[in-house]
Amino acid sequence: MNWLPILGVFSSAIFSGTSLLYTTLGETIHQRSGIVNLGLEGILLVSASSGFAVTVISGNPYLGVLTAMIMGGVMNMVMGFLVVTRRANQLASVLALMFFGFGLSAIIGKPYVGAKINTLPKLSIPGLSSLPLLYSSLFKFDFLIILVIPIAIFVWWLLFKTRWGLGLRAVGESADTAFASGRNPFLIRYQALFLGGMLTGLGAAHLSIAYTMRWSEYMTSGKGFIAVALVIFSKWHPLRAIVGALLFSGAVAFQLLLQSSGVQISPFLLDTIPYILTLTVLIAWGGTRKHAAPASLGRVYQGSE
Amino acid sequence: MLHKDNHKKQRNQAVKKILGSTARYLMMVLIVLLLFGIILLISGKDPIQSYKDIFTATLGSAYGFSEVIVAMTPILITALAVALPSRVGLINVGGEGQLYMGACLATWGALTFDTLPAWALLPLMILLGMIGGGLWAFIPGYLKSLGLVNETITTLLLNSVAPSIVSFFVYGFWHSPMETNKTPNFVPAARLPTLFNSRIDLSLFFAIFLLAIFWYVMRSTRWGLEMRAIGGNPQAAKRNGLPLNKYWVVVMCVGGAIAGIAGASQVSGYYGVLVAGFSRGLGYMGFLISWMSFGDPIGIFVTSFIVSIIVTGGNLLQLTSGIPYAVINILLALTLFVVLARLKIFEGKKT
Amino acid sequence: MTDSSDLHPDTFISMRGITKKFPGVIANNKINFEIYGSEIHALLGENGAGKSTLMKILYGFYQADAGQIILNGKPISIKSPHDARNFQIGMVFQEFTLIPAFNVLENIALFLPDLQPVYKQKEVGERITEVSERYGLHVDPFALVSQLSIGEQQKVEILKLLLSDAKLLILDEPTRVLAPHEVDALFEILESLRKDGYAVIFITHKLKEVLECADRITVLRGGQVAGTLPRSEASEEKLVELMFSRKLPKLQEKQKTDRKETISPLLELRDIETRGEGFEASLKGINLKIFPGEIVGVAGVSGNGQKELGDFILGMGKSIAGEKWLFGKDITNRPIGEIRRSGVGFIPENPLSMASVPFMTVLENMALTNTWRYARRGGLRMDWKAVRKDYQTTQEEFGFSFSLYTLPKSLSGGNLQRMVIVREMTHDPRLLIASYLTRGLDVLSTIAARQALLQAREDGAGILLISEDLEELFALSDRLIVLFNGEIVGTFDPSDTSVYEVGHLMTGAEVPYAA
Repeated sequence: MNWLPILGVFSSAIFSGTSLLYTTLGETIHQRSGIVNLGLEGILLVSASSGFAVTVISGNPYLGVLTAMIMGGVMNMVMGFLVVTRRANQLASVLALMFFGFGLSAIIGKPYVGAKINTLPKLSIPGLSSLPLLYSSLFKFDFLIILVIPIAIFVWWLLFKTRWGLGLRAVGESADTAFASGRNPFLIRYQALFLGGMLTGLGAAHLSIAYTMRWSEYMTSGKGFIAVALVIFSKWHPLRAIVGALLFSGAVAFQLLLQSSGVQISPFLLDTIPYILTLTVLIAWGGTRKHAAPASLGRVYQGSE
Repeated sequence: MLHKDNHKKQRNQAVKKILGSTARYLMMVLIVLLLFGIILLISGKDPIQSYKDIFTATLGSAYGFSEVIVAMTPILITALAVALPSRVGLINVGGEGQLYMGACLATWGALTFDTLPAWALLPLMILLGMIGGGLWAFIPGYLKSLGLVNETITTLLLNSVAPSIVSFFVYGFWHSPMETNKTPNFVPAARLPTLFNSRIDLSLFFAIFLLAIFWYVMRSTRWGLEMRAIGGNPQAAKRNGLPLNKYWVVVMCVGGAIAGIAGASQVSGYYGVLVAGFSRGLGYMGFLISWMSFGDPIGIFVTSFIVSIIVTGGNLLQLTSGIPYAVINILLALTLFVVLARLKIFEGKKT
Repeated sequence: MTDSSDLHPDTFISMRGITKKFPGVIANNKINFEIYGSEIHALLGENGAGKSTLMKILYGFYQADAGQIILNGKPISIKSPHDARNFQIGMVFQEFTLIPAFNVLENIALFLPDLQPVYKQKEVGERITEVSERYGLHVDPFALVSQLSIGEQQKVEILKLLLSDAKLLILDEPTRVLAPHEVDALFEILESLRKDGYAVIFITHKLKEVLECADRITVLRGGQVAGTLPRSEASEEKLVELMFSRKLPKLQEKQKTDRKETISPLLELRDIETRGEGFEASLKGINLKIFPGEIVGVAGVSGNGQKELGDFILGMGKSIAGEKWLFGKDITNRPIGEIRRSGVGFIPENPLSMASVPFMTVLENMALTNTWRYARRGGLRMDWKAVRKDYQTTQEEFGFSFSLYTLPKSLSGGNLQRMVIVREMTHDPRLLIASYLTRGLDVLSTIAARQALLQAREDGAGILLISEDLEELFALSDRLIVLFNGEIVGTFDPSDTSVYEVGHLMTGAEVPYAA
């Protein structure tokens, strides 16, 4: 049997799914602390454009990655100020952030549209490099791809095995109870936003610096929304997100595969799969009394009287 | 005697409220202008000149003013699509998707019934737009009434599905022979007539009409009263016997239908063709406008006017002095930030 | 001022001269209260007697206006629950502070003061198991709290306290949500805790339990200590005497209407059973008839099902068994709108949150229950003139006067309740449900409200009056039923009984009162 096309789909899914996975991991942390960050679209754009710009200017892609990471954290801090300190409506704040990101990223990236960069080097995985060239070339990954699964495991460990993670999840379930246990929900949310923002920045970096190796306005084309849907779909669990990211991003590659076998499915319909899947899953859960969403997701914590 | 005094008191209270909110709006505008001016300075442009340019470009000429109206109409309608459900406590972020579906169905009508005369085709298209948007909003509304899923999430998810469906049709069955990303131009009978020798079309009247109905219904009808009660205190409304579920589903559908009208108007009037991905946030803009004005009709009118001045000014500026359009997004976002960060001080009434 | 020499040598914590005032009421009035190092101490009293307030002061939730708290001879200051926990005082509230989505272990770990930054679930689990075995608090550390019964959840709350090193445990009405066998289990747990040197205070209004498990009993009444006695000296009669004052209520003169038994009832409940969600009481085997021209009083301590009964009759919530007949028609599980339209009025206990929309004027609020009546042209207009006329007429009838154009939030509680009364009475309801009608009202408003009820009765309406004020119930009711644990445990004619007997039943006592 010809493994090549299937492996090709798999490899393509890994390539395009890495940035989605990083973003999803970041958003998982946000949502576990009770914040729905729909401004991801804007944050991704800002991080991607600034990372790209720095890479062009400095010629060093690692610097670009670092920049993207920091910008992600910073943008989230703005969000934090509005939602946590000012206790503003979460929905309006994230949409505002989204528009802000549209504008800011366009300005940052404008001079660099069409620029070429030194991208991240692709490393081969020991053991696979002995395969025939056709196969091994599919599996040469840059360091961000290699790190994504260990980082996912790290996020899982952080959330479920540490005291900090316990507190964070408690804030996401019931900020009042977390407060009663002596914790500071405001501080914890800021921490969550900062960490999650950095992960989002990594996702953006991979998108512009490694995967597409270019910058254009609105280039994230909905990845931010897909990440939010994916967080829900993977039940707010970092490890499940790995599978989901592969699934969601594999759809496009899969469509190409189908096409070459003569089956025509419109790529647009495939685009809707992540959302339809998430919607279906939500409806299915709605029947049971409690599903896995953090209980105080989206609610603004007013603080104690 | 007693009644006349009460009426006078009512009127005074109303006047005070209007003065108060105008003062609030003015303060916000000033702060935003200040912040944006700083950004302009940093990027090497003269803020005063830029503001003057924007002013002359938009309000200073008949053409500019007409462009402002053109930009204002769709976002005013989408804002209403959010404001109505907000009165019963529903958060409809799905204006974007409902708009797309309305445009989609209206386009189907335009392409299929292209032999009908305008007086038949246009109302049909508007109707189709309402059906498209209404159906798209029915799903979240129904799910909410069953207690299954929160309407905020469902409307958001569906927002991302709708443009893909439109693209599917456009790239697939409907695309014009020359370009794959849009349909052929609509026949003249399918186009909303324009007014005043400008690009302003009939949808302006739709917008004003809808605004007036919204105002009247909320204020004077039985349903408006019941809706305000449901939005104000659902527990009390339930105890008083008001049917919450029915209202949620119906109002959600009506909101979707309104957004559908906006979508139909866009393809019929402004564009004359359905382009895949034609809306970059019209629905979300409507949400923000409604939210900023607390769902109040007058506030919606004023806010959409101001927003469209900014947007139109930005467009014109881009052509003349090379300021990238993206800057406008920042200005809009700044406005929002100011509103969000200051809300505690302004202490407006919550929806 | 503190002379610790007169304290019992076993005293662990002493509260002296505690006074706490809230607007309009003195919740605690110079209370002296001692708790020994290892004992089970019951704090007994009716609703509003001040028990919860006193304990919340001890736990740092409130600060007393006057008085002192002394620990082991030294006065201490408790400004927050955090301080209280530092003094090894823990409290389990009626509303648990548990996170349903977490398992038992995580809930406890959240509150452990000495949890490691990276903790091993196994270790924590072992600690929990050790303590839970010792005291009989059997619970699976890895079970999700959302799947535990309320009794088991309560065990988790107690474990939380034990593992955070509390020495004094305060339980607020712990048996309210427990089934009888769970109550026994709880008492065994408290016994073993006491043997190990813990002090337990539990707040309750249930006599039998107090006599079963407490070492000492303090009875509060009206914000003051009515008495403290060891169990050996206590009996049901004695406790009831302390809980309710010796004064008999003045029975108001009211004409006894001759009710013919052949008239069909307005409302009939047959074997109604409901399942309350969470902390709501479940109703069991309710059989009730309400006839025109009578007031049926429902007595019981709050939490035993009165609110749920009133809500159920209105149409909130479904029954899992039984039938509800209204005006001769079976309307089991029909929607509220339908029930109201057929002529049922409802006056809830909290008019601001339960019956009115805060930002709409009084006039608009009035129209809410009857929008269909005042809509013209298919709903396009509201006939506000008619609304005004109707409600002003009623206002004059009752002698109320408040502007129809103000907002509910600027009305006093008394006026708000008047507004609701006017609204509900204007259209001559045939059945009226009044839930805690005069709770929190000033004297004048109370009289006005009661008068309105009598008026409705005169006009032939059937009224269900739910109240915790026995005096009020005795003064107004033609018939009196007592609810306990969601069941009707007694039916009386007020003129043939006394506050004691009714009070007895309200607290779950089964020994018939021998007057």
